[in-house]
Amino acid sequence: MLEMKNVTKIFNPGSIDEKLALDNLSLTVSEGEFVTVIGGNGAGKSTMQNAICGTWLPDSGSIFLGGVNVTSLPEYKRAKYLGRVYQDPMMGTAAGMQIEENLALAARRGAHRSLRPGIRKSEREEYRRMLEELDLGLETRLSAKVGTLSGGQRQALTLLMATMQKPRLLLLDEHTAALDPKTAAKVMQLTDKIVRENKLTTLMITHNMRDAIEYGSRLIMLHNGRIILDISGEEKKKLTVANLLEMFTKASGNEFANDRAILS
Amino acid sequence: MTDLLGALPGAVAQGIIWGIMAIGVYITYKVLDIADLTVDGSICTGAAVCTMMMLSGQSPWLSVFCAVLAGIAAGSITGFLHVLLGIPAILAGILTQMVLWSVNLKILGKANQAISSRSNPVILSQMDIDSALIVLAIFAVVTVAVLYLYFGTEIGCAIRATGSNPVMSRAQGINTGLTKILGLAISNGIVALSGALLCQYQGYTDINMGRGAVVIGLAAVVIGEVLAKRISTNFAVRLFGVIAGAIVYYVVYQIIIFSGFDTDLLKMFSAIVVALFLGIPYLRKKLRAAHSVSKRGAQNA
Repeated sequence: MLEMKNVTKIFNPGSIDEKLALDNLSLTVSEGEFVTVIGGNGAGKSTMQNAICGTWLPDSGSIFLGGVNVTSLPEYKRAKYLGRVYQDPMMGTAAGMQIEENLALAARRGAHRSLRPGIRKSEREEYRRMLEELDLGLETRLSAKVGTLSGGQRQALTLLMATMQKPRLLLLDEHTAALDPKTAAKVMQLTDKIVRENKLTTLMITHNMRDAIEYGSRLIMLHNGRIILDISGEEKKKLTVANLLEMFTKASGNEFANDRAILS
Repeated sequence: MTDLLGALPGAVAQGIIWGIMAIGVYITYKVLDIADLTVDGSICTGAAVCTMMMLSGQSPWLSVFCAVLAGIAAGSITGFLHVLLGIPAILAGILTQMVLWSVNLKILGKANQAISSRSNPVILSQMDIDSALIVLAIFAVVTVAVLYLYFGTEIGCAIRATGSNPVMSRAQGINTGLTKILGLAISNGIVALSGALLCQYQGYTDINMGRGAVVIGLAAVVIGEVLAKRISTNFAVRLFGVIAGAIVYYVVYQIIIFSGFDTDLLKMFSAIVVALFLGIPYLRKKLRAAHSVSKRGAQNA
């Protein structure tokens, strides 16, 4: 479903801040796979997702989504293949617009936008039903401004918006990191449920090692813009935080042990 | 005092004309979250196009229509400079404003061009304020209605989303470059409409008529915000609030003139009013934050 071939990205080339963010990175994710991504700060996790989304174009290499070469497509054009949830709960929704208007925007992702109504009556019932399933009490507040919601509610709404049209790839970028532990657990469970029910191909960045082990069918670790660990199947099921840490330390030198990942 | 009362209908008429202009400012400043300075030029462009077409014998309606098109073109130029060349929006607006100064002079042929309601069939004129008020009320209602409907469409929602959160908009497949250009074009089309109405109302177009227009527009937007906030968050109510804000502005302006105030200082006071309205919410928030910090500190002590 996703194929990244030898993708390289250098930030600030030629300057003192030059940073090799992605180093000839190749990754193939098959349909239905749920990949968790871990790595230290600056390892290239978010950079990898931004390359897939088209936030900027890579210096070299190519990216395919479901067989379509998207390497040079602008961000808004490849959005139809992707669902995104960000770390910052403010990022994924339009705060100044109503809940139902946000959902209507997501329902039209990838479609041509014309002078038809921005939201139809029949859609509202559909949205109410979807929000009911979230079980956050949002189904009675369809016309409330999203800016009045809590961080957890906004993340759940963003998740719904990212998946209401089945994306070829769901990208989650530490989407529970900014939430309190209880809300984070709830959003994570909701994520797992939605991914399972819709058999979504997913790439989830997390700094929480337990989540990385517990969820998903495959785990990769990035370091200095390269994939240094790739574990799936039975081997992943047997992983523990302790032996994962040990693998990290071995693969990356001692650097990783000092990182905040150890705290989770 | 009777003079003041006699001047009020004129102040209201001017308020509605500048209120329509302020709706254009509202679309960029509030909906799109861009401070667009093109308006100082495009209001005069609208007036100039309308005046010269009418002087050459065209119908006033066709002239107004073409003025709106000219405004749309002006806004698009700012949009292209901003989106395609990556020039910051404020600077892009200033550059277009400079371009329009020359363009407006070329359209008018000289710095001031009179258009008399006696020799030309005008839609409205300050010679007949009662019917001018009716015509302006109709223009205001139609403008608000069209915008209300437009911003409820798919493309209208995309423009609003762009102003609210451009990152999210792109992730939802919205071409935010295009929506910004569209918003700037629509905004300046409306500003040019008000220019076309203003030149007929006052009977002339002057190359300087747009100077400080954006400040008047912002004043109307912030006053209108205060007025409409209590009533509803509905988009149409907000737009009518902007027009009401402009009327309040011009009525107060009239009262100040009648009170014998030095009119040389009026522009400065307009700017001070806008600065206060924009600054007070920010200061209030800061003060509240500081207050809660010191309160917590006192509790902990």
